[in-house]
Amino acid sequence: MSSSGVLSVGPAQASPASRRGDGYAESRRVEQRARAGRLGVRVLALGYLAVLLLLPVLMVFYRTFEHGLGPVWSAITRPNAVHAFWLSIELVAIAVPLNTVFGIGAALLLERGRFRGRGLLGMLIDVPFAISPVVVGLALVLVYGNNGWLGGPLQEAGFQVIFSVPGMVLATAFVSLPFVARETIPVLRELGAEAEQAAATLGASAWQTFWRVTLPAIRWGVVYGVVLTTARALGEFGAVSIVSGRLEGQTQTLPLYVQDRFENFDTTGAYSAAVVLALLALGTLVAMNLLTRRTRAAQSQMTRDRSSRTTPERSSDAERQPVAPGEATP
Amino acid sequence: MAIESHNVSKRFGEFVALEDISLRVADGALTALLGPSGSGKSTLLRIIAGLETPDTGHVEIDGRDVTATPARSRGVGFVFQHYAPFKHMTVHDNVAFGLTVRKQPKDRTRARVRELLHLVRLDGLAERYPSQLSGGQLQRMALARALAPQPQVLLLDEPFGALDAQVRGELREWLRRLHEEISVTTIFVTHDQEEAMEVAQQIVVMNAGRIEQTGSPRELYESPHNEFVMSFIGPVNNFNGALLRPHDIQILPYPDDGAVEALIGRIVHLGFEVRVELTLKDGDAVWAQVTRERAQEMELEEGQILAVRIPPPRVFA
Repeated sequence: MSSSGVLSVGPAQASPASRRGDGYAESRRVEQRARAGRLGVRVLALGYLAVLLLLPVLMVFYRTFEHGLGPVWSAITRPNAVHAFWLSIELVAIAVPLNTVFGIGAALLLERGRFRGRGLLGMLIDVPFAISPVVVGLALVLVYGNNGWLGGPLQEAGFQVIFSVPGMVLATAFVSLPFVARETIPVLRELGAEAEQAAATLGASAWQTFWRVTLPAIRWGVVYGVVLTTARALGEFGAVSIVSGRLEGQTQTLPLYVQDRFENFDTTGAYSAAVVLALLALGTLVAMNLLTRRTRAAQSQMTRDRSSRTTPERSSDAERQPVAPGEATP
Repeated sequence: MAIESHNVSKRFGEFVALEDISLRVADGALTALLGPSGSGKSTLLRIIAGLETPDTGHVEIDGRDVTATPARSRGVGFVFQHYAPFKHMTVHDNVAFGLTVRKQPKDRTRARVRELLHLVRLDGLAERYPSQLSGGQLQRMALARALAPQPQVLLLDEPFGALDAQVRGELREWLRRLHEEISVTTIFVTHDQEEAMEVAQQIVVMNAGRIEQTGSPRELYESPHNEFVMSFIGPVNNFNGALLRPHDIQILPYPDDGAVEALIGRIVHLGFEVRVELTLKDGDAVWAQVTRERAQEMELEEGQILAVRIPPPRVFA
């Protein structure tokens, strides 16, 4: 045992200077390799994003403003373009509130309810994520078209669904359905049912409990879901394309208008409208980012609450310095 | 208001949480539901509050069958183990909640909240948020919130479970005095026998979904009905399959008829109480509880050999 000990120490003792040198060089090499690795990953990630996202979007902006603002302005103020813009806004304005109410309701049912078919509801909510929008469009035509199951009777009653706004609202609502529920469910789970039960024992009705206790606690999750729903509804192409019939100036949304201009070799018209669409989407994204930051701040405060509760208090609990007064204000 | 449960049973899937529980809590009493975790004590409390529905049986508050009454109409104040504060509301709004949902006039609510915050010693903290309070303060806020609508019954689920020993001690004492002051029928759940003995007038010992025994702390200690109650309330020695209280084991200064030779393994000084760990001649290990004075008087030392007298063990029917 002692001999092996001597052996292992031997070479190092022979030249302490070189050993130090080796060690130093070795650790430098390790660090360089790690740094190179980190750099590589970063370049790869950013490069991927640049090629896939940034470059095409920038190119759209570049091509649009190539010949100055004049042609762009006249392109986006054309009646058909303006109509498409407002139609898109109208669809969002109807579909998003519908899905917000449904999403919150479904999240509450899934997280707080005890009933048969809960698993089925949870799966159904995700269907729009799984099914291609084109399929959604075709399915809606089958049901609500003139020869469709519900479409015929509705048509007789003077209510046109396919090739008009109601069908487009349906298609938009369908594809953007899961977001609010999916964003709200984890927040509800994290929150737990205790605060709501406390409200009940204090005499609050279910409605009062929802408005005063549940909704304020889940609001950031809901808002995040609403932002995602809006972005999705605004950009929807496939399902709306089939359901709308793409009638110029009548059932053309902004994405459909872009496609139409592009197919008719009106590149200025296509790119200008595309930029408007991109700006709307970017606006929602920026809003989302700002909100995420606030949500994170709120969440970190929640964790602080929890840790302050579980940490044993040393002194008598009467004195404890408050956190900065602004921090707890919602 | 008296609280009664009649033949209450509750299952969660295969797990039997409560089995045929019949219980009566007298008007104005301070009662502890005591038992190990999984004994069903919290479930019983939640059934009384209306937060769970019993599978069978019924619950009466003040002689009125409330089994089908929703929690919000039972007139019950409930304090949750983790306080369940409304985090987005100030302390004032938390305490006022039970009054604002009943649309009480604002000035009366304000006055009542001030009075309650004074009662729970949180004066001056009305504008803070729950995240700015310590555990003990949250606990008292939750209590003030539960008391605000003047409940007939106050229910507390492990009220001191999440607090450290010192704060817990203070709050126990304070809860007992508060109960004397407002004398509302109170039930609290605990797994800590010392807490139950110290605070409650009546203790309900529960185990595996059943009530083992109900009685005053003294009754339970002095005449336990069975081995479970005896070993759960107060310290015990397990000697030849029977239970013995450590203070019933007598250490003798001289050998005597019926005494057994024993070796002192370890002496633990716990202040007034001294715990003497003994190995008997036939190899059994027991421990005896003596006072500090007695230990000094007898000059007890580790490694010493002496005689002990073991009393006849208690026999349960």
